Amino acid sequence: MKIVVCVKQVPDTAGGVKFNPDGTLDRGAMLTIMNPDDKAGLEAALRLKDQYGAEVTVVTMGLPKAEEVLREAMAMGADKGVLVTDRVLGGADTWATSTTLAGAIRNLDYDLIITGRQAIDGDTAQVGPQISEHLDIPVISYAQDIKIEGDSVVVERQYEDRYHVVKAKMPCLITALSELNEPRYMTPGGIFDAYKQEITVWGRADLKDVDDANLGLKGSPTKIAKASDKVRKGAGEKVSLDPDESVSYIVDKLKIKHVI
Amino acid sequence: MNLEEYKGVYVFAQQVDNEVSSIAFELLGKAKDLAKDLNTEVTAVLIGSGIKGLADQLAEYGADKVIVVDDPELKDYRTEPYAHALASVINKYKPEIMLVGATAIGRDLGPRVSARVATGLTADCTVLEIGDFPLQPTPGQEQLHNQLLMTRPAFGGNTIATIACPYNRPQMATVRAGVMQKITPIKGAKANVEEFNPGFTPDNKYVEILDIVKSVAETVDIMDAKILVSGGRGVGSPENFKILEDLAEVLGGTVSCSRAVVDSGWKPKDLQVGQTGKTVRPNVYFAIGISGAIQHVAGMEESDIIVAINKDADAPIFDVADYGVVGDLNKIVPKLTEALKAEIAAAKG
Repeated sequence: MKIVVCVKQVPDTAGGVKFNPDGTLDRGAMLTIMNPDDKAGLEAALRLKDQYGAEVTVVTMGLPKAEEVLREAMAMGADKGVLVTDRVLGGADTWATSTTLAGAIRNLDYDLIITGRQAIDGDTAQVGPQISEHLDIPVISYAQDIKIEGDSVVVERQYEDRYHVVKAKMPCLITALSELNEPRYMTPGGIFDAYKQEITVWGRADLKDVDDANLGLKGSPTKIAKASDKVRKGAGEKVSLDPDESVSYIVDKLKIKHVI
Repeated sequence: MNLEEYKGVYVFAQQVDNEVSSIAFELLGKAKDLAKDLNTEVTAVLIGSGIKGLADQLAEYGADKVIVVDDPELKDYRTEPYAHALASVINKYKPEIMLVGATAIGRDLGPRVSARVATGLTADCTVLEIGDFPLQPTPGQEQLHNQLLMTRPAFGGNTIATIACPYNRPQMATVRAGVMQKITPIKGAKANVEEFNPGFTPDNKYVEILDIVKSVAETVDIMDAKILVSGGRGVGSPENFKILEDLAEVLGGTVSCSRAVVDSGWKPKDLQVGQTGKTVRPNVYFAIGISGAIQHVAGMEESDIIVAINKDADAPIFDVADYGVVGDLNKIVPKLTEALKAEIAAAKG
């Protein structure tokens, strides 16, 4: 079985978001990580590899620096890494990103494609389903469990108040929730090996069956009209009182606001 | 693509088990505003099996027209037949705006359909309005009018962007539940109902549903609550949520929680507030033992009044709280419940 996993390098918000003195986001001060949902997707692929035997190829699109997440994935146990990087691909929205990744994946053999549900920087959850559409294969989003049965996958697909047990013939694309599993750590041997391996680097010319009109900033149907770091409503009052005074304080405020 | 051909504001009227989801009514409320600005109509697209009877309800919430795609293949949500239904509606009727709920269904259907009809999709919008693109006249670039401007948070709510889709139609957006306002239903309102079936032929993309497992329904949806008493890891144990439940009961409120509480298995995911949970905007939000991670704040900062109780004076929750109390929740919350009980009893006289 051949599995392709799409991963993205994202700024780390969990390690504490850093702000500039004016309240805007200090991106330079934040570390980058492998997007958590993608890491869960990678772990799911590695478990399928452990259980059934599979070749796992990780694909990322980004700046040359995004090679770091491929090395990390290979240190965890992925077999191959593909970095898709080209100046003309920059500034892509989800349509152009999914077009690009589909163009790269067309060069690969796959039974299964796994992506994270969404990335913590954009939070759109769109790229996975859009790749599946470009490749004309079924998608199962929001996977909380993945099993293989012969030439099919059986997936628990999460909804707000239920889950569906869904069966699809491969090839198929699955988007993974971070609840899916606890990703493994890199091993020292794995890290050592990962840095010895070749990473495949593809540019625009290596993408299969894609039109320039659908790539990069120019090929993105959505355009940013305005972007700003969110101005939060300022802090209100903060008091440090003994418990009884604290209670009176809250009760008074609720009275003033006519809550009680 | 002749953009002029595309007219009208369309809403994907999500239904589950033949019951219209609340998000559909919220989208209709917003669609009505947008349609007024554009001097056009609101159309609801109702997709399912045996669902024609729901059209009147959509009319009462603001739909001028309802397109019904009714087919046995559409009984339970599956990406492919639903995407085929919605994409076929778009190709035939050519809406200028297509709104979809940012639900577990909509966030799967929306991207698949947008890719099929080759247009842009803006995810999880919190503000939708009609305006110009570019916002300001720009030399060398034609300023387009009557564009859908879609505003959304990104980066866990730390940044906010306004996005347009000026050269493709329809302009598609998913919208988070609980953000837009429903109208007061107009009893007896009728819509022009049109049935449309593009034909459904199962292919490799039709998945098979082997089983549907429903979780035990929570009695109250936290998104509808006027008062939320929300607990975080600081509450200490699932048992200790009792003191929050007591407080909620006195105020006629509901208990909700942070992601840490769900991750620890103390409370079900239905009760989770935040970026990966629900967005809430109650009249009063009590954040008790919640540190206030940015992902949590993104889901509750629009609350009218935020009261925070936390023993850590530096907890980020105090940056968004209207009334912050530094102290031990175990000492304060039970006393607060008693005090409120007395106040309410006194007020009733």
